[in-house]
Amino acid sequence: MSKDIRIKRGLTLRLEGEAEKELVKAPRSKTYAIKPPDFHTHVPKMVVKEGAKLLAGDELFYSKYTDEIRFTSPVSGVLKEIKRGDKRKILEVIIEADADIAYRDFGKLDAAKADVKDVKERIYESGCGAFINQRPYDIVADPKDTPKAIFISAVTTAPLAASKGFLVKDKIAAFQEGITALAKLTPGKVHLCVDEESAQYLKDIKGVELHHVKGPHPAGNVGVQIHKIDPINRGERVWTVGVEDVAIIGNIFLTGQYRAERTVAVTGSEAKDRNYYQVQIGANIEDIIGSVSEDVRIISGNVLTGTKLSNGQYLGFYDNELSLIPEGNKYRMFGWLPFTYNNIHSNSRTSLSWLFPNKKYTPTTNLHGEERALVVTGEMEEVLPMDVYPMQLIKACMAGDIEKMENLGIYEVAPEDFALVEYVNTSKLEVQEVIRLGLDLMITEIG
Amino acid sequence: MEWIRQRLDKIKQPFQKGKKLEKYAPAINALDTFLFTPNHTTQKGAHIRDAVDLKRTMITVVLALVPALIFGMWNGGYQYLHQLPEYADGVPFFDAFWHGALKIIPMIAVSYAVGLGIEFAFAIFRGHEVNEGYLVTGLLIPMIMPIDIPLWMVALSVVFAVLIGKEAFGGTGMNILNPALTARAFAFFAYPTYMSGNTVWVSNAAEVDAVSGETILGSLASGNEVGYSAMHMFSGQIPGSIAETSAICILAGALILVLTKVGSWRIILSAFIGAAIMGLIFNSLPSIGVEGNALTNFPWYLHLIVGGLAFGIVFMATDPVSAAQTARGKWIYGFLIGFLSVMIRIFNPAYPEGVMLGILLMNVFAPTIDHYVIEANVKRRKKRLEKANTQVETAV
Repeated sequence: MSKDIRIKRGLTLRLEGEAEKELVKAPRSKTYAIKPPDFHTHVPKMVVKEGAKLLAGDELFYSKYTDEIRFTSPVSGVLKEIKRGDKRKILEVIIEADADIAYRDFGKLDAAKADVKDVKERIYESGCGAFINQRPYDIVADPKDTPKAIFISAVTTAPLAASKGFLVKDKIAAFQEGITALAKLTPGKVHLCVDEESAQYLKDIKGVELHHVKGPHPAGNVGVQIHKIDPINRGERVWTVGVEDVAIIGNIFLTGQYRAERTVAVTGSEAKDRNYYQVQIGANIEDIIGSVSEDVRIISGNVLTGTKLSNGQYLGFYDNELSLIPEGNKYRMFGWLPFTYNNIHSNSRTSLSWLFPNKKYTPTTNLHGEERALVVTGEMEEVLPMDVYPMQLIKACMAGDIEKMENLGIYEVAPEDFALVEYVNTSKLEVQEVIRLGLDLMITEIG
Repeated sequence: MEWIRQRLDKIKQPFQKGKKLEKYAPAINALDTFLFTPNHTTQKGAHIRDAVDLKRTMITVVLALVPALIFGMWNGGYQYLHQLPEYADGVPFFDAFWHGALKIIPMIAVSYAVGLGIEFAFAIFRGHEVNEGYLVTGLLIPMIMPIDIPLWMVALSVVFAVLIGKEAFGGTGMNILNPALTARAFAFFAYPTYMSGNTVWVSNAAEVDAVSGETILGSLASGNEVGYSAMHMFSGQIPGSIAETSAICILAGALILVLTKVGSWRIILSAFIGAAIMGLIFNSLPSIGVEGNALTNFPWYLHLIVGGLAFGIVFMATDPVSAAQTARGKWIYGFLIGFLSVMIRIFNPAYPEGVMLGILLMNVFAPTIDHYVIEANVKRRKKRLEKANTQVETAV
């Protein structure tokens, strides 16, 4: 039985620079990189050395403490460099790509008829395990767990985010096969949440429970959907997979090849050609957006949750967007005067921007203030559509009070769910970081 | 603007990290950020941020206080001058305003100088930036004092409020009691002769025989005739603490707070409801055969507009730090403030106004209210877990 969800609390940011819904083939990158820091808490253990020849789908490294989870090469080529940071921590595994991708052949497998064991093995040996994330904790899932359900969000609400319907509209067959495979991994249901646009393409997908979701951001966040449909209790595991990643998983069964394709929306006021680009995972961003000036912030992901990149770096593993916005390293005189600077969006009404709900804003990276003690109450609840007390949970995380965090619902949240809380926060707290640290503490203490 | 910026950057040179005045950086930063919103950019997490910051929020409250303050200055002069024979034909606006302003502006100056001095000292000592909370507190403290209070008493009250009421608990955001009310409570109990009675509420009342300066609540408590009409009470041409008298100006402030969402409409509304209900209960005493007294029989709607009740509810009860923090908690917290304030007012004529004690009492209980509201959320979560567990067991 499907359950439709209407979210009331939240905030849809209307920003300048949405991508045109037109798919452009980007020039192929010469180098690609898989970045172990994208897989939070997983420690990489390399299996190939610099100079090794690779096919797309060949293993690069595995997770040291969960060795079933393998991370494979998105393209064929030569392992060029293993870039390390402090304490020899691996930051980037860079691959110099061939002109054409040669795939390692895993062999076709009919997911519908195959054994659960075979399906699981296929997903993990091909490196598709990296696409399966778990809640609680928002990390790559441990294949030894049995999830109570699997959630896939095809709802787009994040500011300047790639339209999830657009991402999969030409990959429906692979998507269906991916769903069939994933359904074998859980005794529970596979929940697929759609918005009006993605429903056009995904309404006939079989083997899922379809939910129509309406409402402002963060309604598109899978965490919010889990919370509304089947909330996580202590000790339970729920798995989540991105929409495009489901199609990659499907392809491993349909074609036997690890086709690590990424559709990337180039957005933001500073982007020149705002389109969707067809690339491979880990592509060098310079081949997509070229080189941009110092005054532009390049973000892999959306403006609320993405990671900052510099020219010539590589696309994040899970990211479907490159957002380019102006840096805000400028002073503003008397910025504290209420009702001035109304061209900067504010959810509070100390700016007149609320009088123009349809205006599109060009945000910068300016913090618009300095960090302060938590004073204002009630603003966080307005943008978090969960039965969770955000400020109290944040304070519990800061204090490292495990019991309190558990009581207040730490298992149900992920940093991205708190992105809007961070955005509206008057005290300019780094809320997502606080929640991440809280979750990390839970992992080490409870697991 | 560029020129000022460059000058500032030059002045700030010796305050940078590793330079000799580094320790005093919070002080210079406070001045700098007053002129310019800094050029800091996001480093972690969300790359874009809302335009609001604590400075904006606090200045909005200050703006909301301005109508009541201006009226307070005028009324401070008017209450005195209109009783003098030479002003029998009416008091010119400017004369009254000038008289009041001369009394009140020094109080504000003292309050800001002393309070900000302590805040700056603590910021330097503790190595954090100066919080903006005192911008509001520093203005509120003189506004709730009697007009003739000596400046040194204002200064001492501020010291007590900031040190004991706020910094002792860890500074802005951590205090349990509203600092402005803490200052008033200190003055109230330390110098009762300057803070209550019949002669303190009108400027120079003690020195001039002809001037009477009893507040309405004072008259009611001592069984005297109330010489003011409801219209006077609403517009505020009555004796009282500096800015508490005009219901119209407080209403204007409330409107600013509610429209900007800086003040919680839940607290304001529920507090007025609570006060009205308590007033109604006392008003209905005669119908059950209890005679009551002048205070209990004072109409409930007038209870809302006399004394400091409205000012306290709008500007003190809504202080987000000392109030309840959950939405449901705010309803309970506000309601009880209104309810208790009128009760204290009526039952304890030694304190003719109950709102100060009502709010301070509820400040203490706000965390308890929040605890039970949040506990309900925790219980829901635990119940869900139990249900999930039994489902698993029955399935096995």
